[in-house]
Amino acid sequence: MERFATVTGIAVPMLWANVDTDMIIPVQRLVGSGRQGLGQYGFERFRLDPDGSDNSDFPLNQPAFRGAPILLAGENFGCGSSREGAVWTLMDMGLRCVIAPSFGDIFHNNCFQNGLLPVRLPFDLIRRIAAAMEEGPGNARVSVDLEQQVVVTPWGEAVPFSVDARKREALLSGLDEIAQTLQRAEEIAAWQARDQAMRGWAWDGVALG
Amino acid sequence: MARTLFDKIWDTHVVAELGEGWALLHIDRVLLHDLSGARALSEVAELGHALARPELVFATPDHAVSTAPGRTGETFAGGARTLAGLRKRAAETGIRLYDLGQPGNGIVHVMAPELAIVLPGLTLVCGDSHTCTNGGVGALAFGIGASELTHVLATQTLMQRRPRNMRIRFEGSLPPGVTAKDMILHAIGRYGTAAGTGFAVEYAGSAVRALPLEARLTLCNLSIELGAKMGLVAPDETTFDFIAGREFAPRARAWDAALADWHALPSDAEAHFDLDHRIEASGVAPQVTWGTSPEQVVAVTEAVPPPRNPGDRAALDYMGLEAGRPIAGTKVDWVFIGSCTNSRLSDLRDAAAVLGERRVAPGVTAWVVPGSETVKREAEAEGLHRRFLEAGFEWREPGCSLCVAANGEAVPAGARSVSTSNRNFVGRQGTGARTHLASPAMAAAAALAGVITDVREWP
Repeated sequence: MERFATVTGIAVPMLWANVDTDMIIPVQRLVGSGRQGLGQYGFERFRLDPDGSDNSDFPLNQPAFRGAPILLAGENFGCGSSREGAVWTLMDMGLRCVIAPSFGDIFHNNCFQNGLLPVRLPFDLIRRIAAAMEEGPGNARVSVDLEQQVVVTPWGEAVPFSVDARKREALLSGLDEIAQTLQRAEEIAAWQARDQAMRGWAWDGVALG
Repeated sequence: MARTLFDKIWDTHVVAELGEGWALLHIDRVLLHDLSGARALSEVAELGHALARPELVFATPDHAVSTAPGRTGETFAGGARTLAGLRKRAAETGIRLYDLGQPGNGIVHVMAPELAIVLPGLTLVCGDSHTCTNGGVGALAFGIGASELTHVLATQTLMQRRPRNMRIRFEGSLPPGVTAKDMILHAIGRYGTAAGTGFAVEYAGSAVRALPLEARLTLCNLSIELGAKMGLVAPDETTFDFIAGREFAPRARAWDAALADWHALPSDAEAHFDLDHRIEASGVAPQVTWGTSPEQVVAVTEAVPPPRNPGDRAALDYMGLEAGRPIAGTKVDWVFIGSCTNSRLSDLRDAAAVLGERRVAPGVTAWVVPGSETVKREAEAEGLHRRFLEAGFEWREPGCSLCVAANGEAVPAGARSVSTSNRNFVGRQGTGARTHLASPAMAAAAALAGVITDVREWP
């Protein structure tokens, strides 16, 4: 996975509740796609008008917020489908961090697998950061420091956030989880041998001829 | 110490405790569909790994395949390469693949219980959020992303943080015309789409125990719409009767051993739930969603509620609805009976029973997409397909179809659909499509009436 340590930049407010992964990337764009190049389709049903031109009301289309590396979001961001393409899309759009009061479970996991940092902060604070961004377009900045576990607001306040210690380490080091798990190959084999003895019924019926 | 059904399955599968609630869990079964599966098999190969246990991996194409009568893997050209990739990788790795037209093919969460790939007490994953469906047999089943799926295929394990326990008890008896779909939509409406985040949800109570197995799958299917990756129902005689004799069910002495283990699975009487909800089953009415999130739902007897926030207003605008107007009577253009929520034989029987000898209202396009090849064949053996065809429905081949619209099939922009699927998200059934989620019986009634209607008025 990609490492994450800090990011500083514009934070784009999009404070809708229940933004689902279908909204982030329609499934049709993921049929036969790779992990790269999905950013052009990000939020396309909202970003584009029916004639294909940019919808100027959409936050990510506003000149002041273009290229923002941080997204300010509402409750339950990334709910719905397990498609990891949602994370690949956000990263391809240049985002490195999403700040929301809560996240869909599967999306939250998928973020860590790719080096997109999901940060949980109270919604009131997110709203205040959003207001500061809108008041000072072009000037206001937000910093997110995973090492120190703080978000620095546009008004300079360092707000601590909590993050799972295991996931934090993995992001800071860019860990390869498969390689890490394969170091436990003997433990896994021992578990399977024990389980086959105890729960033969879970294994016998599916053995390959 | 007293434990829940969830606790027991989790504890059995811990290969290593990793601290702070994390564990390396053994995964007993992996399901692959064409979209997530073909990609994951390729990634495992590209990373230079072998499949850890090919005998535990089962594949079926369902998402990006046409469901038109007479379809082949090439009918939907956009999915043809993905399907070819799945076939090639399945042959290379030796995993079981249930291809189009074969018994066993179908929507991945329909075929897994149908073949008894999933059994009580097992862990099962799939790169699909509706994997929670499989919890209806008393398994720990959950959806994962692409990277986690690659990890499972390469190691047969997954690092997971232990979720907390939630229970939703439905006590009493369901009124006539009310189904498992209405129970779970009602719960989502009451608690919200984020209520289950970080929880494994056990559905319990007398109304759940009274549900047939297929209805329990429907109940668990929408756990993810409650925010929970995992939903479960304790296995009981209903479960064991359903499983016995199926393709991968244990046999002879293995069956006896399995039964002994399965009888020990239900939550202990003193088990602790971090959240414990109770719903009176007699108070649940047929449900229909009005908005673009499953929590935006009302009883069919109610009016579209007034908006409480900008999200509600945006949903009303997208759906072309007016607050305060009864939801019943809203004109319908499309009806879709299908998806991993409601495409099993019992769902088709429910819908066909509502139709009787009546015909679909003029101007309504109505589809039935059976959940699997076996469901399709069994329905045809009963003559259900004739009932649908004579009523004016299309009778199609198995697949996900209009639930996710990944296969070139879509509800047109602006058209209003009553759908037995699980997501009414913006654009889910097609760009600009307006989706109302409901039960198969409610969908059949809407097809007859040409408007959203209370199925209890269609005897």
